[in-house]
Amino acid sequence: MKKKKEKKSEKTGGNNAVSKKETAGAGVFLDISGLRYEYIRRDEENNVEGITTAVDDVSLKVRPGQFIAILGHNGSGKSTLAKHINAILMPAEGTVTVDGMDTQDAERLLDIRRTAGMVFQNPDNQIIGQVVDEDVAFGPENMGVPTKEIEERVEESLKILGMWNYRDASPNRLSGGQKQRVSIAGVIAMHPKCIILDEPTAMLDPKGRYEVIRAARALNETEGITIILITHYMEEVIHADTVFVMDGGKLKMSGSPREVFSRVEELKEMRLAVPQATELAWELKKAGLDLPDGILDRKELVKALIKCGRSDGRI
Amino acid sequence: MEEYKLIADHLTYSYGKGSGRERKALDDVSFVLRKGEFVGLIGHTGSGKSTLVQQLNALLKPDSGTVFFEGADIFEKDYDRKALRGKVGLVFQYPEHQLFEETVFAEVCYGPKNIGMDRKATELAAYAAIKRVGLEDEVFDQPPFDLSGGQKRRVAIASVLAMKPEILILDEPAAGLDPAGRMDLLSMIRELKEKEGITILMVSHSMEDVAEMADRLMVMDRGKLVFDDSPAKVFSHVEELEEMGLAAPEMTYILRDLKAAGFDVDPSLITLKDARDTILRCMTGEKA
Repeated sequence: MKKKKEKKSEKTGGNNAVSKKETAGAGVFLDISGLRYEYIRRDEENNVEGITTAVDDVSLKVRPGQFIAILGHNGSGKSTLAKHINAILMPAEGTVTVDGMDTQDAERLLDIRRTAGMVFQNPDNQIIGQVVDEDVAFGPENMGVPTKEIEERVEESLKILGMWNYRDASPNRLSGGQKQRVSIAGVIAMHPKCIILDEPTAMLDPKGRYEVIRAARALNETEGITIILITHYMEEVIHADTVFVMDGGKLKMSGSPREVFSRVEELKEMRLAVPQATELAWELKKAGLDLPDGILDRKELVKALIKCGRSDGRI
Repeated sequence: MEEYKLIADHLTYSYGKGSGRERKALDDVSFVLRKGEFVGLIGHTGSGKSTLVQQLNALLKPDSGTVFFEGADIFEKDYDRKALRGKVGLVFQYPEHQLFEETVFAEVCYGPKNIGMDRKATELAAYAAIKRVGLEDEVFDQPPFDLSGGQKRRVAIASVLAMKPEILILDEPAAGLDPAGRMDLLSMIRELKEKEGITILMVSHSMEDVAEMADRLMVMDRGKLVFDDSPAKVFSHVEELEEMGLAAPEMTYILRDLKAAGFDVDPSLITLKDARDTILRCMTGEKA
């Protein structure tokens, strides 16, 4: 769980996404193959009323240590997909293999849940302890970790998330971002290889969002934990190694953030947005300015505009 | 002459009184809501926004100070607070968690029935409200739980609209919706203001949303109302907002950076459209 992976510095230029992928571990951590899942609605007599295919023939592979983002509108199947990764849901067709374990192998269920921990949207539904350190200890306690080691894990996890100073606090007195970091610390204390974050920032203010995303990136970069982030905030995925876009239960796009966010019109058709800076760049390009495709953030846009302004002799 | 619909007058409130861990949630907060305005309310988690909005329709009584609705003190002993809750409609955060009736129609009828509308008026109001939020006829008899997240949110808003509020207070109405769902819902809320003249107070964590929508913006920080001004003026205080755990809209940051780099752009603009126009004017207009 200590620093085991070396990563290139976080720069937004060039083919960063590709180069980062090469530094991720070899092999396959998560292998989803031909996954299909249906929600079956039944009436009171248990007759089938309707079938909704939530995930439809999805195949994807994730390497150990990658930072993955999944985008898609509400009902696109992204949360259903995520729930297959730690065996909350079982495939109707196809297979999901996590770190070499088939999620349908009932004997490995606990191992799978330890390997891939999950953090949900609402921190208030996930915190059960009266005191922060007690809450973080809950997971390892349940796994039967010896008391001495639990203490070490709690300390380590809270320090990683920058919440060690709050170890004696009541979770009720924390901000949303702090509560969510405690939830993540609780997952980290179980020493997972992968964390799935299902819209972890949807209920947070800007500072809370920043804290949680920064924590997720730090876990990925310094601890080598594979991160699977589901979000509606486009700004949060620009540092991901690979972005997957779901629509109508199908996997519609995959690629680096730059590749995906170059396809502004297709994303809009799927009822998605692009980061604000990307959208502004796209509007300016449409109006005739000479800007590159796939601008991801404010720095890149300002840089491109300065270049453009200088060559025109306007600044 | 402008008409004050609601006046918040020196509101103060503490949680945990007498427990030794007293915490001031509201500290001398005063403001007005004018008829037909769209006001945004921002503030970090725990800044007092939700406490404040609960006092505006008398769900929570302030320790000191009071609220006037159309000139009447709503915390007076004989004030009809039940009727007030129809006139000042409050849509909570994640309101879909509070749906409980068997059908969408019954759900939306609950509010008007509760404030004493007769059956016919209730049903007409519920019908109009469900149509108003853009739900189709098919959903009327469906259990609300079978709907998608965005649809449930609309049902919850309809059940407040059915009480025919004059002021609609929404606590983060778009939280958790996808980008298109947000846009749809926000433009529906804007229409309520524009077409029906409903006064809107919207709590939000999205600086971009309030920049696009609000006529006026109020900012709470640790129980105090620190800004109450046009969005453009409020967002010119970038550093102060950041200290409060807030931010300016992305467009403001981009324009400030461009201005610093020597571009002749207006850094007080806050929306995407305005940012595009000022940049285009500067990049393609006549050279100075």
